[in-house]
Amino acid sequence: MSLVSIHQLHKHFGDNHVLKGIDLNVDEGQVIALIGRSGSGKSTLLRTINGLECIDAGEITVDGAKIQAGAKDMRPLRLKVGMVFQQFNLFPHLSVGENVMLAPKIVKKTDPAQAQELAEQMLAKVGLSEKFDAFPGELSGGQQQRVAIARALAMQPKVMLCDEITSALDPELVSEVLSVVKQLANEGMTLVMVTHEMRFAREVGDKLVFMHQGRVHEEGPPEALFNAPSTPELAAFIGAIDQA
Amino acid sequence: MAYEFEFAPVLEYTDLLLKGAFFTIALTAVGAVFGIGLGIIGAVCRAWRLQPFAALFAVYVELIRNTPFLVQLFFIFFGLPSLGIHIGEWEAAVLAMVINLGAYSTEIIRAGIASVPKGQLEAAASLAMNRYESFRYVVLRPALQTVWPALTSQVIIVMLGSAVCSQIATEELTFAANFIQSRNFRAFETYFITTAIYFAIAIMIRQLMLAIGKRYISGRLS
Ligand SMILES: Nc1ncnc2c1ncn2[C@@H]1O[C@H](COP(=O)(O)OP(=O)(O)O)[C@@H](O)[C@H]1O
Ligand SMILES: [Mg+2]
Repeated sequence: MSLVSIHQLHKHFGDNHVLKGIDLNVDEGQVIALIGRSGSGKSTLLRTINGLECIDAGEITVDGAKIQAGAKDMRPLRLKVGMVFQQFNLFPHLSVGENVMLAPKIVKKTDPAQAQELAEQMLAKVGLSEKFDAFPGELSGGQQQRVAIARALAMQPKVMLCDEITSALDPELVSEVLSVVKQLANEGMTLVMVTHEMRFAREVGDKLVFMHQGRVHEEGPPEALFNAPSTPELAAFIGAIDQA
Repeated sequence: MAYEFEFAPVLEYTDLLLKGAFFTIALTAVGAVFGIGLGIIGAVCRAWRLQPFAALFAVYVELIRNTPFLVQLFFIFFGLPSLGIHIGEWEAAVLAMVINLGAYSTEIIRAGIASVPKGQLEAAASLAMNRYESFRYVVLRPALQTVWPALTSQVIIVMLGSAVCSQIATEELTFAANFIQSRNFRAFETYFITTAIYFAIAIMIRQLMLAIGKRYISGRLS
């Protein structure tokens, strides 16, 4: 039984049929690299997995927590799923430590001493122990994104979703974030990541999922797909990336 | 014959002036705390479109913003008793100030809430916070921080506006000034000093709000 299973998922924005029957399974510890052209529905798919977007048909199950069309209470799903955004979205009025401790304290009612310890552990994991009392505005983009990862990890999610988490970063800051993600993958964290870093997808991904026009157009082992795409659309996509 | 300025006849009434100033400050303090509190509630109701409260607050805000404060005060003080609700001049003054500031702060704070980026709410939601938790811990402080200068100005406007409460015999600063000049016939000196006191109170409120803002809203928690 997969950790995440998505079955016949449909999503519309008005008349725009954005996800057209997605089926996707993610096993525990697996790293999924989600690729595809802009507008193919990658972000929308990711956002349905933690209930940021409601779904019109189909179902999503994450570690036993199930969401169907019309579901109102997303909390069971969100307790299992962590998410890191392109724009970091740290809380600017809270220190780094408070950013990480906030949700464990108020959502999980972790006691303050334990929350502090947890935050210290998570910040150590992303190499930012010394920034506990700093404010987000005082950090570089790469550091902010690592704090965002620590913040998501502090909720001890079963799976982490990453939506182009290095796209807003200056090129020299990309690798510090990717190496944290790689380390998480090595520790066995289940990851679903939308990425334009093809080398990283190839190196760290266990499965490559190519989305095209709201469908999973092709999926398989990254190496095989890159070397021998079986659809012209994926071949064209890889070609376009190589030229860039 | 040139007018001879004499401040001594005013200073005889220093205790009255101080008492009046104190009541003006007290009125403003109570008005500010409850008015801003009401504004937060109104802003949330409108931002979250909690019906029927959102609609009620919309009507209330328009009603208050488009009528004179003096008329609002008279309505409460003279109007309510005809409906059988009896109310003293202090209660009427406080109520009028809370209601007036509440309306303006509803709009100001709503703008603050709207200015918080959507990504903040999504981050809070993705951490499994519910709507209340994300408002309380993620939205409220940055929202207030953004609009704090505007709220400060509004509190000062209401403090200055409290002068009209003298019209229903609330013994605040202007009431004291009117009383003093009716005794000493030194209108210029009396209102000169009264003006200076209002000015000083306004500056004080601005500094105090700045300090509150620094300490509790934009400041570090730990
Ligand atoms: N909140 C929204 N409202 C309306 N349309 C949206 C919204 N979010 C995404 N879309 C549309 O859904 C489609 C897929 O978008 P998205 O999932 O962001 O693609 P990707 O992440 O692959 O670039 C696009 O056509 C986009 O315009
Ligand atoms: Mg996207």
